[in-house]
Amino acid sequence: MKQIFEALEKDARLTPKQISTMTGISAAEVEKTIKKAEKDRAILKYKTVIDWAKLGEEQVWALVEVKVVPQRDVGFDAIAERIYRFPQARSVYLASGTYDLAILVAGKTMQDIAVFVSEKLAPLDTVQGTVTHFILKKYKEDGEILEGGEEIKRLPVTP
Amino acid sequence: MPKTGSSHIKIPRKHISQKVSNVSPSGIRKFFDLLSSMEGVISLGVGEPDFITPYHIREAAIYSLEKGYTMYTSNYGLPQLRQELAKYLESCYGLSYDPDSELLITVGVSEGLDLALRAILDPGDEVIMPDPCYVAYPSCTTLAGGIAISIPTTEENSFEIKAQDIEPRITERTKAILIGYPANPTGAVMPKEELIQIAQLAQQHNLLVISDEVYGQLVYGVEHTCLASLPRMKEHTILLNGFSKAYAMTGWRVGYAAAKREIVEAMTKIHQYTILCAPIMGQMAALEALKKGDSEVEAMVREYDCRRRVMVKGLRDIGLSCFEPKGAFYAFPSIKITGMTSEEFAEKLLIEEKVAVVPGSAFGHYGEGYVRCCYATSLPEIEEALKRMGRFIERHRFQH
Ligand SMILES: Cc1ncc(COP(=O)(O)O)c(C=O)c1O
Repeated sequence: MKQIFEALEKDARLTPKQISTMTGISAAEVEKTIKKAEKDRAILKYKTVIDWAKLGEEQVWALVEVKVVPQRDVGFDAIAERIYRFPQARSVYLASGTYDLAILVAGKTMQDIAVFVSEKLAPLDTVQGTVTHFILKKYKEDGEILEGGEEIKRLPVTP
Repeated sequence: MPKTGSSHIKIPRKHISQKVSNVSPSGIRKFFDLLSSMEGVISLGVGEPDFITPYHIREAAIYSLEKGYTMYTSNYGLPQLRQELAKYLESCYGLSYDPDSELLITVGVSEGLDLALRAILDPGDEVIMPDPCYVAYPSCTTLAGGIAISIPTTEENSFEIKAQDIEPRITERTKAILIGYPANPTGAVMPKEELIQIAQLAQQHNLLVISDEVYGQLVYGVEHTCLASLPRMKEHTILLNGFSKAYAMTGWRVGYAAAKREIVEAMTKIHQYTILCAPIMGQMAALEALKKGDSEVEAMVREYDCRRRVMVKGLRDIGLSCFEPKGAFYAFPSIKITGMTSEEFAEKLLIEEKVAVVPGSAFGHYGEGYVRCCYATSLPEIEEALKRMGRFIERHRFQH
């Protein structure tokens, strides 16, 4: 069954029939497995990794470190929930180390992100402090090298 | 005036030896020129992985260069590499080879094969091998002064070489049986029972078996049996293997030979004068591959397996009958329904649809009627190639 998900993770557009050919598992079985995983939210969504810069679209990303005071009974979960409901927060992680929450924030401009941090994030009750790192350049996204990736330099015919 | 060597009377001399003239160039190379002048070709004609060597292996080699490892190594190869290999062969196949005298690091299986043949053959000695087989087997045998004796293997027998077909061809001059399973070009894997029969034959007639197991790690749903691991076979086997295929390291040129001391010593005699040692960068990379490369090999095998299924099903869907390959990364479909020779087929397919495959006849008489399609190529490319081949078959199937 693992092969089904490995195939889908690499290429979300594969049809159950294609996956069936690739894995030797029957198409009906593949379809059933995928449906169930979607229902259980083991498959969260199907997405496309896009290099927006290449399309001429401005997009700004920042990694925001957030230090918070954990709360009785709910620990970090309550504050994390307050934060992850904002659509600007694209990914939210609890991290070990000198800060507590790591948040990937996306916006159209630096101003967007600055406003989000200063007006939405920083004023939250239990937030003690934030450090915003603007992303200057993306080299690798979701396992894909954005530019200057390695091409295969094989000769077309070999023994 | 005394005559000097610069006399103007020219004696006709053949500058190329008879032995080399007798060897024909590899049939695979023929297509190369035609192909390199074309654009938009999808090549299923390769014989190597489309993966780049895993990064940690490359990084280990880079690090070794930074540290100044740029010298010759021992003729036998880096001691650490041989020790690691001995451990590996022990844990994989329960074999025990002495790293100081029974292992030799070579420049790929290619050199190992040449050394093995040259070490054991006297002029006129015979070597029994399957047909079709890897292009180097008969030619290297000839170059080593031996005579290649081909045993037909057929699709009906799953392209396995059978002990009962070998036995009648054994003569006083027979020195060795040369096999390579999982096989290039057929993808056949020899079941253990069949190998046992061959092992018994080798022991009865006191023959050596040269076993090229370079695709040994690339098997799908079946197990690879290392010939030397069969009872009493270490004495009779020259095991050849390397890093090219399993670890995607074709350009590094590292392989190894494992055999009893007497044979490794003989092979090393040739190796020390002709090669001296395998390149140290490659050996450093191989060491890293052996120590930490397992998970990448597994991932690549899983990927090849997916592509294998797509390739075989695709070939069958377009109307070609295709033997189910269980190892290596080749499918070997029959093209007999087109009535063309395999060379005609490959040439027409290349010109009309820009798909390169290798004619089966490049691998021996019994490869005629088949073509070799390598599936070490990305899935989208395989699918596009199959589409083009489908059109081609549609046009040509009823013509003859
Ligand atoms: C069956 C077989 N043996 C040996 C080789 C050569 O391997 P190496 O790169 O280790 O010299 C190849 C390469 O195509 C092969 O297919």
